[in-house]
Amino acid sequence: MASDVLDVTFAALADPTRRAILARLARGEASVMELAEPFAMTQPAVSKHLKVLERAGLISRGRDAQRRPCRLEARPLKAATDWLENYRQYWEESFQRLDTLLDELKAMDNTDRQAEGHS
Amino acid sequence: MSNAGTLTVTTPSDTEIVLTRVFDAPRHLVFAALTKPELLKRWFGARGWDLVDCQVDLRVGGAWRFVSRGPDGMDMGQRGVYREIMPPDRLVYTEVFDDQSYPGETLITTVLVEQHGRTTMTSTVRYATQEGRDIVLSYPMARGVGESYDRLAELLSTESTGS
Repeated sequence: MASDVLDVTFAALADPTRRAILARLARGEASVMELAEPFAMTQPAVSKHLKVLERAGLISRGRDAQRRPCRLEARPLKAATDWLENYRQYWEESFQRLDTLLDELKAMDNTDRQAEGHS
Repeated sequence: MSNAGTLTVTTPSDTEIVLTRVFDAPRHLVFAALTKPELLKRWFGARGWDLVDCQVDLRVGGAWRFVSRGPDGMDMGQRGVYREIMPPDRLVYTEVFDDQSYPGETLITTVLVEQHGRTTMTSTVRYATQEGRDIVLSYPMARGVGESYDRLAELLSTESTGS
């Protein structure tokens, strides 16, 4: 995935309201009015967020001129989470090595303390 | 065996990555593992990447320098300067890769909180630009490194029984 596309996706996801909108759309499509309600936001404010999400390809809008329902588009979201998951797995592997090392350091630390206690 | 947590990675803003992980050890040991070259060499890196050179001048304004070697023999260098050193709970330093393809220094703030002998580490990695952050997220994959996840964990457990 091109990094500029990823940039747009991550920027769109950085806002908590936009993430909440995506979470709502994960349960099914909704109109701007339906989306504005639970967020206590004006329709223009919601529309602004929707434009960012639409530009990032994270949502699409229906053709119905009146309602124009919003729908979650999973593909860019999956690409973004795949990148994050890959990064996470790399560091998780490194930290598992750190777990092993810390177990060893703890054992040595306890031995030191016992030695101090007995002296 | 440790019953430690798994790593959580979040992107709270355009330029940040936050890593959170629980370790089943007191924080002075985690702090030591983050700052002592002989310890860093034993865990830093994954997928066949190992630290072959590790220099730490643990003073405010002091420099650090890591060179990692990959499974295909490729070397990757990174360096930076320590900004805050407050053992055992806080470490702040800058980071730049030798072959960095994005602008600016990265600022890493690591905070260790201990509770009942376990330590929660929170590392906030702040990139100079959003572009930098997103490139870094792609690094482990872009470098095409292997999958030898457990190779070094095995080596370490062998070493620890031997010592």
